[in-house]
Amino acid sequence: MNLSLLIILPLLTALSILPFKDLRQVRLISLIGSFLQLILAFTLLYFYWNARSSGNTAIMLFENNYTWYAPLNINYHVGVDGISIAMILLTAFIVLAGVLVSWNVEKLSKEFFFLLLFLSVGAYGFFISLDLFTLFFFLEVAVIPKFLLIGIWGSGKKEYSAMKLALMLMGGSALVFVGLIGLYLNTNTGNGEHTFDILQIAQMNIAPQIQKVFFPFVFIGFGVFGALFPFHTWVPDGHSSAPTAASMFLAGISMKLGGYGCLRVATFLMPDAAHEYSWVIIVLASIAILYGAFATMMQTDLKYINAYSSVSHCGFVLLGIGMLTKTAITGAVMQMVSHGLMTALFFACIGMIYDRTHTRQLAQLGGLMKMMPFISTVFVIAGLCSLGLPGFSGFVAEVTVFMGSWQHADSFYRIATIVACASIVVTAVYILRAVGKAIMGPLQVAGNNPLLTDARWNEKWAASLLIIGIVAIGIAPFWLNDLIIPGTETLMKNIGKIVYR
Amino acid sequence: MPTEFLYLMKAELMITVIIFILLFLKLGNKEMKNESMLNFVNILLLINLASGFFYISKGNLFGEMFRTNELITLEKNFLNLGTLIISLQSYHWLKNHKHVPEFYMLLLSTLLGMFFMISSGNLLMFYLGLELSTIPLAALSNFDLDKRRSSEAAFKMIISSAFSSGLLLFGISLLYGSTGTLNFAEITTQLNGNALQIFSFILLIAGFGFKISAVPFHLWTADVYEGSPVAVTSYLSVISKGAILFVMVSVFYNVFTAISNSWYNMIFLISIATMIIGNLFALRQQNMKRFLAFSSIAQVGFILVGLSAQSIAGSSSVIYFILIYIFSNLGAFGVISSVSAITGKENMNDYKGFYKTNPLLTWVLAISLFSLAGIPPMAGFFGKFFLLFAGAGKGNYLLIVIAALNMVVSLYYYLKVIKAMFMDANENSIEKIKTNWQPKIALAICVGGILITGIASGAYNYIHSLLSMY
Repeated sequence: MNLSLLIILPLLTALSILPFKDLRQVRLISLIGSFLQLILAFTLLYFYWNARSSGNTAIMLFENNYTWYAPLNINYHVGVDGISIAMILLTAFIVLAGVLVSWNVEKLSKEFFFLLLFLSVGAYGFFISLDLFTLFFFLEVAVIPKFLLIGIWGSGKKEYSAMKLALMLMGGSALVFVGLIGLYLNTNTGNGEHTFDILQIAQMNIAPQIQKVFFPFVFIGFGVFGALFPFHTWVPDGHSSAPTAASMFLAGISMKLGGYGCLRVATFLMPDAAHEYSWVIIVLASIAILYGAFATMMQTDLKYINAYSSVSHCGFVLLGIGMLTKTAITGAVMQMVSHGLMTALFFACIGMIYDRTHTRQLAQLGGLMKMMPFISTVFVIAGLCSLGLPGFSGFVAEVTVFMGSWQHADSFYRIATIVACASIVVTAVYILRAVGKAIMGPLQVAGNNPLLTDARWNEKWAASLLIIGIVAIGIAPFWLNDLIIPGTETLMKNIGKIVYR
Repeated sequence: MPTEFLYLMKAELMITVIIFILLFLKLGNKEMKNESMLNFVNILLLINLASGFFYISKGNLFGEMFRTNELITLEKNFLNLGTLIISLQSYHWLKNHKHVPEFYMLLLSTLLGMFFMISSGNLLMFYLGLELSTIPLAALSNFDLDKRRSSEAAFKMIISSAFSSGLLLFGISLLYGSTGTLNFAEITTQLNGNALQIFSFILLIAGFGFKISAVPFHLWTADVYEGSPVAVTSYLSVISKGAILFVMVSVFYNVFTAISNSWYNMIFLISIATMIIGNLFALRQQNMKRFLAFSSIAQVGFILVGLSAQSIAGSSSVIYFILIYIFSNLGAFGVISSVSAITGKENMNDYKGFYKTNPLLTWVLAISLFSLAGIPPMAGFFGKFFLLFAGAGKGNYLLIVIAALNMVVSLYYYLKVIKAMFMDANENSIEKIKTNWQPKIALAICVGGILITGIASGAYNYIHSLLSMY
C-alpha cells in the first residue's frame, strides 16, 4: 500500500472543492473525501495486520523512500508502525466527525473546509514521516490553518487567541528545528554525510553529551504542541475561541502531534538524554495533570472546562513518556488516541449546545436533557469517559499509564504516580458538576430560547462515530494494545539500551 | 574573438540593445501610446529573459576584467526574471505616466550595471558596474514626479549611496595599496591578513552593508522605500539587493578566503543585528511599504546567516533563497502596487476587510507573506531552512537559535497583515480592484514560483551542482 495516498487524498479533496461556491457541494465533497480517508485508514490497518500476521517483523511497514534534496541528504521517507497507524486512525475519525459537525458553516464555507482538509494533510504527513525534515515540514504545515480557522470562524477574543496559538506553536517548532539541526549535524552515515533519517539515526548512538544539549530543544518544542506545563497557555484560549471543528482538530489531532513527536523524535533518537531528563518531564507532567484538573474546577465556560481538562489529560501522555517503561509508553499512546476521541466528542457536544442556546456559561444552562436527550446523553458519555469510567477508553489508557509508572520501584516515580492518580478525583468533581448543572436539574436556558431542537442527522453521525471509537477501545482494548505494542517495542529497544541509573 | 565576445557578453548586449531601441523610439517623431509601448517593452524583456537560457558559455574577456560561466548566467537570469515581473506589475502605474521610455532606460541601465558587477573579475570593473547600477536608481526613486516624498527619497538615496561608494572606494584603494593589484585572482594570492587588509575589508563590508541595507547601515532604507514609487521600491528591495548578494557570494566569497575568519565574525555580528533590528522595527510599521522595507532588512539578516557558512551549501542556499525571495517579495509588492496605483491606499489599516472585496488578491498577498515568513509548503520555508542548515554547519548554534527565534517574531508581523485582511471588519474597505492581465500574469508567476520552487527540489539541486563545479 502506498502511504502517500494519505497525503494525496485529503489534498485532492481540498483542491477539488476550490471550483465550487455552493455550501452544499462543498460539504458533500468534503464528506466524501473524509469518508474515503476513514476507509483508507482502515484499509491500512487491514494491510498492516495482514503483513504482521504473515510474519513481517520489519520496524516500519510500507516504506517508501524518494530522494528529495540530494545535496542535503533530505529524503521523502515514509513508513508506518502500529503507533502511527493508531494516530492515523484517530485523525481519520476526527476529520470525518469534524466535517459532519461543521455541516452548516455558512460563512466562507469553501475556505473553512479547505483549511480543515489542509490541516489533515499536515497531520497525516507528520504521522507517516520517517525523515526528520519531512516530519518538520508537515508539523509546520499544520500550524497556519489553525490560525486562520480560529481567527476567521472563531468566537470571543478570537484574534488574540489565534495569534497566541500561532506564535506559541511556531515558537515550539523553532525549538524543534534547532534540535533537529543539532541532531542532523551530529549524525554521520559513514562517509561524513549527515542524515535526517529517523531509522538511521536511531542506530547511530549519538554521543550523550550532544543528546543532552538538543533533547530539551526537541522535547520542549514538541511539548508546546502537546501542552507541556508551563507552555500550555495557548490551549485554553485557542480551544475556547476556535469554531467547533477546529477545537476538535486542535485537541484531537494537533496536541497529538506533540506527544507523537516527543515519543518518536525526542525519546527514540536521544534515549540517554531522555533518561537524564526524565525526572524533569515527570515533574512537569505531574504539575500539568494536577494544575489542569484544579484549574478546570474554577472554570464556568464549558469550552474552558474541556480545554483545561485537556491540559490535565495530555499530562498523562507526557507522564507516560517520561516514565520510559514499555507499559507506560503504550499507555501514553493509548491515552493520545483515547483523549483525541473523547475530547473531540466533548467539543462536538459543546458546539451543538452552543449552537442552540448561544451560551457556554454553566450558570446559564440547566436541564438540557429534557429538550435535547441525544446531545445530553452524548455529553454524559464524554464526561464519563473523561473521568475514567471502566468501559470507556479513558479508563484503559489511564490505567495502563499508571501500571507502567508503578513498575519503577523508586519512591519518586511512585509519588508522581500517586499524584497523577489523585487528579482523577478532581476530574470526577468537575465533570460531574458540569454534567449535573447543564444536563440535569430544572430547565434553564438563557434568553428563553424555545427552539431547542435535538441533534440533527449529521451531528448524530459525528457523535456516534466518536462514541464507537471510544467504546471499541474501552471494551476491547486488546486490539489497540496489540497494534501499539510492536511499535513500543521498537522504541524500547533504543530506550532500554540505557540501563537506568 | 568577435563571436566569442558576442556569446560571452550576451546578457549585457541584449540589455544594451533594448536600451537603444527605447532610445530610438523616444527620439522618433511618432508618439506611441503608453499601453502599446508597455506591451512592447514587456515583450522585449521576455525575449531577453528567454535568451539567457540558450548558448550559455564560460570564459574571460579583456584580460580577466569580465568573466562569465553557468552560475553567473543563472544569476543574471534570476535578475532578468525579477525585472520582467516588476515591469509587468508596474503596468497600472506606468500607464498614466509621461515618461515611460525614460523609466525603462534608467531601469535597464541599472540592470546592466549589476550584470557587469556580477561578471567582474577586477575591482575596477566591479566599481564601475556598481556605480552604473546605483546612480540611475536615485533618478528612479524620483519618478513620482509630482510627489515631494519621492524627491526626498531620491535625495536620501543619492547621498547615502555616494557615502557608501566613498567607503567602498576607500576600501578598494587600500586593498590596492596593500596587494598591488586590482585583479581578484591576484588579490587572493596576495592576501595575508595584515591590519591594512583587514581595515580595507571592513570598509568594503560597510559599503556592501549600505547596499543590502544591513544593520547598522540600514537607516536610509525605510524612507527611500516609502517615498519611491512601488515599482522602484520592489526593484530596490529585490533586484538591487539580490545583485549585491550575488556579488558577495560568487565574487568576494572566493577572493577573501585568506581572511575567512574575520569575514565570518563580521558577517555573524551583522547578521544577528540585522535580524533583530529589522524585526523590531517591522513590528510597529503601519505603512505597507515601510513594513516590507523593514521585513526585507530582516530577510537580509537571514541571508547573511547562509553567507557566513563559507561552504557550498551556504552559497547555494543564498542563491536559492534570492530566487525565492524574488518570487515572494515581488508577489507581495505586486498586490500592494496594484492597490496603491488604483486606490492610492498604502496603510495596513486600509487592508482591513480586504478579503471580502478581493479574495484572490488577498490569497496572493497571504501566500507571499507566508513564504516570506517561512511557512510550508511555500518555498520560503525551504529557502530559510537551507540558509540556517548551512549557517549551522560551522557549529555555531547560538546563531541558529537567534535566527529561529527571530522567525517567530517575524511571523507575528506577517500574521498581523493576514489578520487585517481576513479577520478585521471594515466599513470602507478597499473596493473591488480590476487589474489588467499584465499584473495578473506577474502575480501568477510569483505564486507559481512560490508553490513550485520549494516542493520541487530541482532549482536547489541545480544551483548546488553548479557551485560544486567551481
